[in-house]
Amino acid sequence: MYSEKVMEHFTNPRNVGEIPDADGVGQVGNPVCGDIMRMYIKVRRGRIADIKFKTFGCGAAIATSSMVTELVKGKSVAEALEISNRTVAEALGGLPPHKMHCSNLAADALHRAIQDYLGKKKASGAEGRGARVGTRAGRPGRGGAAKQGRRWSGRRTGAQT
Amino acid sequence: MRRVYLDHAATTPVHPQVAKVAVQYMTETFGNPSSIHCFGREARQAVEGARATVASLIGAQPEEIYFTSGGTEADNLAIQGVALAAADGRGHIITSQVEHHAVLHTCEFLEKRGFDVTYLPVDGHGMVDPDQVARAIRKDTVLITVMLANNEVGTIQPIADIARLAREKGVPVHTDAVQAAGNIPVDVNRLGVDLMSLSSHKIYGPKGTGALYVRRGTRISPTVHGGAHERGLRAGTENVPGILAMAKASELAQAEMPQRMAHVARLRDRFLKGLMEKVPDVRLNGHPTARLPNNASVSVLYVEGESVLLNLDLQGIAASSGSACTSGRLEPSHVLVAMGIPHDISQGSLRFSFGRGNTEEDVDYVLEVLPSVIARLRAMSPLGPGKKQAGPAGGRAGAARGRG
Repeated sequence: MYSEKVMEHFTNPRNVGEIPDADGVGQVGNPVCGDIMRMYIKVRRGRIADIKFKTFGCGAAIATSSMVTELVKGKSVAEALEISNRTVAEALGGLPPHKMHCSNLAADALHRAIQDYLGKKKASGAEGRGARVGTRAGRPGRGGAAKQGRRWSGRRTGAQT
Repeated sequence: MRRVYLDHAATTPVHPQVAKVAVQYMTETFGNPSSIHCFGREARQAVEGARATVASLIGAQPEEIYFTSGGTEADNLAIQGVALAAADGRGHIITSQVEHHAVLHTCEFLEKRGFDVTYLPVDGHGMVDPDQVARAIRKDTVLITVMLANNEVGTIQPIADIARLAREKGVPVHTDAVQAAGNIPVDVNRLGVDLMSLSSHKIYGPKGTGALYVRRGTRISPTVHGGAHERGLRAGTENVPGILAMAKASELAQAEMPQRMAHVARLRDRFLKGLMEKVPDVRLNGHPTARLPNNASVSVLYVEGESVLLNLDLQGIAASSGSACTSGRLEPSHVLVAMGIPHDISQGSLRFSFGRGNTEEDVDYVLEVLPSVIARLRAMSPLGPGKKQAGPAGGRAGAARGRG
């Protein structure tokens, strides 16, 4: 049911873990559907210098989490924002149809982490290197600043229609 | 690689003696039981013998057994057949929230066609309360259908109590005994039911064969129309090899039942004891004692079922799960939800169902593999003791339980 590539990432996931002093943290999913993905990013000179994930979920959830970390490591923030859930699924050689909507949220988690990073940066007034990409962040309606106490939506976003 | 099959609630391997019978009735005694020549007469005689054998497994009369293509068809025939015979497009049916989809979706189908259906809740062990059944009975109730043993968590329902209360009010009772009959002692008269669904492939018989028990005098209409087979209740040339094989499987199940039950219960208990000792935060699903002897349904906290199953499968171990991913739906198993198990816990549900071919070495192998699989996935999980649901910005990641 899963491609070889999915199984390879599932059995040997890349970049598992947490970054204690992460510049941005993003989480998507909820226990109803069975997937929770959390991404930690470290940004240096506008590039994703380090990324780690923690995922509760099925094979597809773990494989997509792993794949997205591999895809964005070293990329600029702007490039990272271009990566969609579909890009991740394609890089894995496709996912079973019923997994496309429920377990393919890793890019959303990454985007949230980036938004968290950009929001913090804006809030602290640190207009520095790589700040120009900020305006391209996110999608309408949920790109807001990740203020302290922000409620992390448990609802699914992105791929779902 | 060692291969361990612990999914006997899904299906069982055909017993070699059963397979031999099936082959004989495909190649030698191949006649159509409706034919008048000797080939047909031989097949007819064999089918009627098989009917008596299957009847004997559940304490029924041979003429109360109607062969079908399996448990699902038996459920459909029982529910739709009784509903159609009793009420012309209207009426009330009582069932439970933890039934197999063969029952639930048939009830939903009738609901769309004008029937009222009451879906009774269950307690935390998955048990239906007979008094609630009695209270749900209305003047226009045409059928009560509650399963004998649950396929996911193994809980055995108080069917005898339900049937006694139903009988007082003159409402027929159907029970889906697909997981129970042949695996535990089942007697239609002791239970007092009017209809009972049976399946062959859960008791080391072939797939594609089942039966419906219909107590004499029960009003029921056919749902498959055609020839006068099965005394007009189920048209279609009899699946002679399947029926004979089911009878052989029933005969063996009846003869070996005490040994089989003791065997699977011993393995199941060894497994559960070992698992609880080796892995923290594991819960048993279903009733602690009123359960099928071969069923070990557990919830492993902080991990998702499918990811455990994939890892087990990579090491040759076959089991199943009620997680959303494995149910092919967007929600975890309706049984676990009805039992009130929170979603994040039911996502980690695993079902291990033991069979006659399993050994202690199988159990020990699983106990060697499973704890390390769980440990690895827990290390990867954002959930865990104390850090459950902690969002990085102080929020709650799992805030939305959603969809009621």
